[in-house]
Parts: sequence; C-alpha cells; structure tokens
Amino acid sequence: MDVLMLSRLQFAAATMFHFLFVPLTLGISVLIACMETAYARTGKDVYKRMAKFWGKLFLINFTLGVVTGITLEFQFGTNWSRYSAYVGDIFGSLLAIEATAAFFLESTFIGVWHFGWDKLSPRAHAISAWLVAGAGNLSAVWILIANGFMQNPMGYELRNGRAELTDFVAIITNPWAWNQFVHVVSASFCVSTFFIMGISAWHLLRKQNEEFFLKSFKLALYVGMASTAIVVAQGHLHGNLVAQLQPAKLAAMESHWETRTNAPMYLLQIPDEKGEKNLVEALPVPSLLSILAFNDPNAEVKGLKDFPASDRPPVTITFLAFRVMVGIGTLMPLLMLFGLWKREALTSYPLYLKAMVWAMPLPYLGMQAGWTVTEVGRQPWIVYGLMRTTDAVSPIAASQAGVSLVAMVLLYTLLGAAGAYLMVTFARKGPVDA
Amino acid sequence: MLETIWFLLWGVLWAVYFVLDGFDLGIGTLMPFLAKNEFEKRAMYNAGGPFWDGNEVWLIAAGGVTFAAFPQAYATLFSGMYSALMLLLFALILRGVSFEFRGKVENDTWKSIWDGCQVAGSFLPALLLGVAFANIFKGLPINEAHVNTGGLFDLLNPYGLLGGVLFVAMFCLHGALWLSIRATGELKNRAMATAAKLWPVVLVLVLAFLAYSFVETKLFGNYLKNPHLFLILVAAVAGLVMSRVYLAQGQVWKAWGGSAVFIACVALFGVVGLFPALLISSLNPAWSLTIHNAASSQLTLKIMLGVALVFVPLVICYQLWSLMTFSKPIEVESDLEY
Repeated sequence: MDVLMLSRLQFAAATMFHFLFVPLTLGISVLIACMETAYARTGKDVYKRMAKFWGKLFLINFTLGVVTGITLEFQFGTNWSRYSAYVGDIFGSLLAIEATAAFFLESTFIGVWHFGWDKLSPRAHAISAWLVAGAGNLSAVWILIANGFMQNPMGYELRNGRAELTDFVAIITNPWAWNQFVHVVSASFCVSTFFIMGISAWHLLRKQNEEFFLKSFKLALYVGMASTAIVVAQGHLHGNLVAQLQPAKLAAMESHWETRTNAPMYLLQIPDEKGEKNLVEALPVPSLLSILAFNDPNAEVKGLKDFPASDRPPVTITFLAFRVMVGIGTLMPLLMLFGLWKREALTSYPLYLKAMVWAMPLPYLGMQAGWTVTEVGRQPWIVYGLMRTTDAVSPIAASQAGVSLVAMVLLYTLLGAAGAYLMVTFARKGPVDA
Repeated sequence: MLETIWFLLWGVLWAVYFVLDGFDLGIGTLMPFLAKNEFEKRAMYNAGGPFWDGNEVWLIAAGGVTFAAFPQAYATLFSGMYSALMLLLFALILRGVSFEFRGKVENDTWKSIWDGCQVAGSFLPALLLGVAFANIFKGLPINEAHVNTGGLFDLLNPYGLLGGVLFVAMFCLHGALWLSIRATGELKNRAMATAAKLWPVVLVLVLAFLAYSFVETKLFGNYLKNPHLFLILVAAVAGLVMSRVYLAQGQVWKAWGGSAVFIACVALFGVVGLFPALLISSLNPAWSLTIHNAASSQLTLKIMLGVALVFVPLVICYQLWSLMTFSKPIEVESDLEY
C-alpha cells in the first residue's frame, strides 16, 4: 500500500475511534448538568446520585475522547503536511480557536468537576458541569466549521500558492457547517439517550433501583424523542444541501448512475461500481430521490455517469453507509415513540426494555456511518473542488505511515477494550449512595 | 510586525506548556522512586490529577497556533519528526488514560500495568520534547522543498540527547516541588529531599546545555547583537536559584514558582535565539522557515491575535483559580479521587 492509502486508513481509524467517544460526551454532559441543576435546586438526593452514576461513565468515556483527540490535531501535520501548508491559513486558525476558546475551558473544568464534589457548593458544581457541557459543544462548533470548509470551501482566495483567508464571517457562517452542527449534535443526543435508556432498561429488567432508573430512563426518553425528531428532519435538509453543493456525493449515496427527472429510490439495490450500473434495482418508490434531493418530484438528479470517473467518490462504501444511517434513523424514532406511548408502564413491557438494551449500539453505528458518507463521499477531494486528497499527503515513507497505523490500531483496540470493560463493570454495578 | 508578535506568542505558548505539563510529567516520572505504598502512589496521581488534562491543552494550543500562524512550519515540523511525534502522542495517550483507569479495578496486575503506562508515558514525552526542541535549536536538515530529510535517529545526536536529559531533569525537579506542595508526611519529606538532590543535577545540565549550545548552535547570535536579551538567561538563573533558596526555607510554593520561571526562560532562551527562524535548515540557511516565508496571511494573523488576546488571559485566570482551589495538601483517603 502507498503512503496515501495508509494515511487515509490511519486518519479513518483515528477519527472513527475518536468519534466513538465524542458523541456521548456531547450529549451526556448536558444531561448530567441538568441532573445537577435539579439537585442544586431541589436538594433531592436522587439527582445527585444520578449525576454521580452517569458522571462516572461519562469520565471514562471523556478521557478516551480527549487523548484520542490530541492525536488528530497533530495528524494534519504528520500525514497531511501538504494539505496543512495549503489551507493552514484558514483550517489551522479554526483548530487553534477551538483549542483556545473551547477545549481549555472543557479540560480545566472537567478537573474542577471531577475533584470538586466536596470542595464546591452544589450550585458551583452544577455551574462547572454546565461549563464542561457548553465548552464541549462549542468545540463541536469550531471543529464542524473547520470540516465545513473542507466540504464547502468559501471565504478564501488563491494567493501565494495557497488558499488565504479573505472573509472570516463567510467561513463561520458557512451553511454547511451549521447544518452539520445540528445534525451531529442531535445525533450525539441520540447516542447519549440510547446509552442511558439501554443501561436503565438493563437494571429495570432486573428490578434494581427502579426509581433511580425510571427517572433516568424518562429523562433520556423525552430528550431522545426530541433529538431523533431533529436528527431525522434536519437530515432531510442536509440531504438538500448535499444535492445542491456536492451532487457527486448525492449520486454515490444512492448509487444513481443515469441523470434523470422523477428519479425513483429503490428499496433494494446492489451497486456494481465497475460496470457503472446496479446489479439489482427492485421495489422502486417513484420520484422519491427527486423529492428527497430537491423537494420536487420532477427535479432532475444528476447521475454518476455525468461525472468524470476521476471525480467520483467510492460508490459502494458511500451507498452502504448511507443505507445504514437512514435505516437506523428510521428505527430510532419508532423505538422512542413506543417508549413515549407506554411511558407510565415501562416495566410491564420487558420485551421493549430488552430491545432498548440491544439498541444501544444503533446510534453509534449510525454516527459512524454518517461520517463515512460525509468523508468518503467527499472523495476524491480533501477540500471539495479545491484540493485533491492525492495532493495533500505528506512526503513521508510508506513504512512510517504503516508502522504508526499498526501501532495505533493495536493501541486503540487495547484501550477500547479496557474502556469497554470498565464501562460495563460500572454500568452493571449501578448507583452507589452519594 | 504581526509575524514578530506571533513568533513571541508561539514561544510563550510552548514555554507555558512546559511549565504546566512539566510538573505532572515530572511527578509521573518520579513515581517509582518516591511512592512507597499504595496511598502514596495514589497521592502522586492525585497531586497532578485535577490539572493534567487542562495542562495538556497547552500542547494542543501550541500545536494549533503553529498550524494557524505558521502553517508551513507546522507542516514541515510534524511530518519531519513523524516517528518522534507519534511516540510522544502514544505515550501521552497511555499516560492520560492511566489516571482515569488505574484505580477503577481492585487488582494488582491491572494497577501495575497502568503504573507502567503512567511512568513511561511521563518519562518519554519529557525526553522527546527535550530532544525535539534541542534539534530545533540546532537546526534540521530541511531541503529546498521545505521537507525535513532527517529521520528519528538523526534526532538522537549528542546535543539532542543532552536536551532530552535536561528536560527530564527539569521536569522531575518541577514535579518534586509540586509534590512538596501537595503531599504530606513522609512523602512530602521525600519529595523535598529529592528536589534538593535534583537541583545540582539540573544546574550542571543546564550549564552544560548552554555551553554546548554556544558551540553547536547559532542561538547566541541574537544575544550578542542585542545584549539586553541576556536578561532571559539571568532570569533563568535567578529562577533556579530562587527555587533552591525557598526550598531550603520550606517555602514550597515559591520554590515551585522559581522552577516555573526557570523552565519558561530556558524555553524562551532557545526560541529567542532562533528568531526570525522557526525552523533552521542545517543544509542551507536560505531554506530555513522563518516568520517571513512560513507565516499565515495578515488577516489570519490579525484575527488570531484578537482571539488570543481575549481568550489566553481568560484561560490563565481560570486555570490559576483551579490550581489554587485544588492544591490543598493531600492528607487522608477522602482527599483522593483517582
């Protein structure tokens, strides 16, 4: 394998692993801050126990998120140095702003929060929880603005052999970035609420700490219902944006080869990338793709064949990842709705509770699939329309990238296993008296 | 002008990173020598426990600012020190995780694995940072295309290694002094005694490093041109002396402050000596990356300066508050979180 492929795999491994932890951090930090606020307001012990129990799982998760994030910041330099030199004027500054404006706040107050249970008043402790939660989500804003530039570059001019910043406001108001932000944050709340509901359901099935876990379950249920609704509705708007700004990605998401109006969507489809066609196209829903992309059944949807082969993303991966994401996006609201319907009698539906335990990985998978669509679908560009991924990689030896890739995968696998072991242990143990 | 300001800020960010992460990396390195039982081990984890994460963000900030203000330097440095940087990052990952994971399972094997990660994950970064910066001070084999042609083993030259050993010793001293602030009883006595023993070692190493720098690098050029700059070295020496004098008087906070000044000034000494280059090419001075050919556009530098002027002082304020709030002596089990 060449440096390019190794570096791509390494970046994929590093981001995907990092993104196992980020979504839970983004969502559960806010929920914990809510629990603490309830404790500070009412003084009821159950809220403190909730904050402590979920907080313990949060901390294990948070640590893995932080340490794997550090690698990412430097990987642009190690493996993508030509990219860094070419767009650093813009991209580098966004990362630096993220560190100074958000990450410092989050990392300092996570220490305050962790060590402050006895040293701070409940109110001050709740404030530090809010600072952690707010700063984490603020980090997401800046990271997604940076990613937004890669997806839909604007506010720059090509000068001195590189992209230079000309309009900072355009960059931070990039519609792509804000759509992505809503999508990622609402999806993160799906991850977090399914996480809480899954663990709560496990305990409810065993009739342990029923009051505690019913309260947790319901809090997650209400927030989760809202987040699944947002992630699905906004996902549609996001699809419109893709159709408008990255038509090749849209075509790959649907393995749509021929340009046509009233484009249907096939419920069953098997792409044949080499043959530039689909092996199977069955169960069409007439005009659905046109509607999804442009809100108009008569709209023309450009097919992959209208793009030069060198400008097409990998179709099979993008297509499959999109299907997985949409499938999970359909399943999640159904599970939430059922819970909402039976919210007063949850313990009488053990089958539902069991399903919720097994549903915990779903939003995680959806998240990974979603990012795969976003990033693989953007290929062959590293910055859409501006710089190709092939032109971005560092002039390093393949052996360097290879060795570090293997080392990273090994290290992350071990850490992931240790983290998962701890999470399961503490999740099963249940709350201790505060 | 903006480039010069950013150059200085760049140096200051690295200096602050060394001062802050320096003490917890030092404590981690010293752990096998200082902790005699489980409580003392935990006390050492907790001494830096509330801060390691916030401290490490200074590394992210220093890296981020290199990226933002001098993207070409970021590209050349980090791709050119590929293996060393990966080692540094993996070590920091293991160390960070060891804080959180170690105490969560009551099993001696589990604990000793994470202890190993903590020690190696503290020692290696200290060593690698020293080696890397000494090589930056000396110059790297950067070619016309701004590519560092040297590998990992080219970094391990005598001057680079001396820099590495100096950093390890400085951080250990710094860590022993912080531990003296937070520990109590036997552990505190041991920490203070260790600091006292390390002090002459650091003194010898720093003098050797300065002398070697005079021979091996061009760092002193700026100083000879502008002798006022020697104040940085005077401040470094003053800080080091201060740390010893206050340590002898048992005023550990002030001793730690002296050591902080010392570390910051050692870093600044090198950075100021580099000016106006960020990365000197040892092959041809014309191929060096300087504030002129590596900097971002004026607009980016201006916006980033605004961001830095607002947020960095704010960060310093709340981190100082956190340092003060969570620096009370660790006496009993209930003072421990990790």
